[in-house]
Amino acid sequence: MKTQTAKQEFDAAPWTGRVRKYDIVKEATIAFVIVSMLIVLLSLAFSSPDDKQLTFRDWARTNPTNFYATTVQELAGTSESAGYGPPYNSASDGLNIGPLWLQKWAGVTHPVDIPNDLVITPLTLSVLSAKENWALATWKSATAVQQTTWATTYDTAIADANGNYAAASGGNYGPVPVLAKALTHIAAKGSLDALLLAGGNFYSTDNTKQILFFGDGAYLDDAATAANLQGNSWGMMNETGRYPGQAWLWLYSIWYQVPPFVNEESAPFGSNADAYIMILVLGLTSGLLFAPLIPGLRSIPRVIPLHRKIWKSYYSEENI
Amino acid sequence: MNTETQTTEDSKMWTARLRNSWQRNLPIDKLLPDTQPAYVASWIYVFGVLTLVALVDIVISGLILSFAGPAWYHSSSLGLFVNSLHFWGVQLFFVFMVVHLWGKFWMAAWRGRRTATWITGMVAFLASIGTAFTGYLIQTNFDSQWIAFEAKDGFNAVGVGAFFTPTNIGQIMLIHVALLPLVLGILTVMHVLLVRKHGVVPPIDAQPEIEVV
Repeated sequence: MKTQTAKQEFDAAPWTGRVRKYDIVKEATIAFVIVSMLIVLLSLAFSSPDDKQLTFRDWARTNPTNFYATTVQELAGTSESAGYGPPYNSASDGLNIGPLWLQKWAGVTHPVDIPNDLVITPLTLSVLSAKENWALATWKSATAVQQTTWATTYDTAIADANGNYAAASGGNYGPVPVLAKALTHIAAKGSLDALLLAGGNFYSTDNTKQILFFGDGAYLDDAATAANLQGNSWGMMNETGRYPGQAWLWLYSIWYQVPPFVNEESAPFGSNADAYIMILVLGLTSGLLFAPLIPGLRSIPRVIPLHRKIWKSYYSEENI
Repeated sequence: MNTETQTTEDSKMWTARLRNSWQRNLPIDKLLPDTQPAYVASWIYVFGVLTLVALVDIVISGLILSFAGPAWYHSSSLGLFVNSLHFWGVQLFFVFMVVHLWGKFWMAAWRGRRTATWITGMVAFLASIGTAFTGYLIQTNFDSQWIAFEAKDGFNAVGVGAFFTPTNIGQIMLIHVALLPLVLGILTVMHVLLVRKHGVVPPIDAQPEIEVV
């Protein structure tokens, strides 16, 4: 114990052994010049990634069937966003970690009224034909139960036709087909991006509604799959094209590649995988953060003597 | 008033206490040393200063980008070049910092009352991840759309999404260009001052000389 304390005091005390000359300002200046040159060379040689942003205009033009079907889901309340829960709505309690319902407890701080904010309001703010205006007025004057019945019945018919609304069986869908067609038309003309962002206001810097709508359809998802950006292929860690991404997120992304998290719907975590992974990463990060205070972990450098490589010359000179 | 009384009163002043504490803990020859212990003789020691200078490069390119706005680089070749400087600066910064971090881990560099040095460095690393992450969210391109969509689920799952919204580019922009650089800057200064105060940790097997009677 006495030897251990003496060693601790020795490590803490100013060094009294051999020293060598060291020009800290010169070293920093040279390092700055070399690193700056390296950055310039890499920039000139490889530029930087910039895959063009996706738009509702492109979605409605390249895959109008999917956009149309997604619009019906938003009206029916069957989309992922409609049933998401906090912080957007109260349609579900969200994810949990055993008895901890953190998502629910944090509350609905960012309310998004899915059918109205994503479909009805953009239509209301647009110039519509007489038929479309009739459909919009019919929807608005109907009861919530009636609205849901029209939209869910139509959503089921489209699903039965493998997502192809043109092949859906006939039925009483009220104004829903006209509204979905109208929004597809507005999106294809390029107006919907701005309508969702500003919602009739002048200023807006919040893209939540756009991202939620995008996420409900296949357009964004297909683009991510094509770019190898899905969660089970290292997701956000990757970058578009052949560029390095956020490699420093490996400790988070790795859990989506291994059981039991690799399939987000499988036991034992099921759809709560996101919550468990966040807590797991928090725990592991805390371990590294407080490594000096954790017995066992803090002894690893002593047990695995990589430090002998680092201080090779000192150990050699001191015959240690 | 005699000199002794005046000195006692002076030493009670907050300003004098701060000055005295600074001079006691971090005299100028510790802050800007011209010698190093002989054991500081490995390439691994370079990565701390490399991380710092990469950070300076990132701040410079980031300042230019902040004046021109987040969409500048989509349509300007000069903007794309400055964005590339920022991008590669960040990539190198993380390579340098991770090598520095692991180097310090294998040195057990927290020994000798250097725990605060390790923790400030680790928190700076985490703040850097947050800063880079918010930077990726304000690229205003397909990648930022996808990252916002994916990331929101993780944050929402643990309730953080109620306060930190990856899909709100206004919030993320302010966090990236104002809050986190300030936090990272303060942490970096603290970390470097602690390194200078305590000096470079001695080798694990270096022993105090035992007096032989």
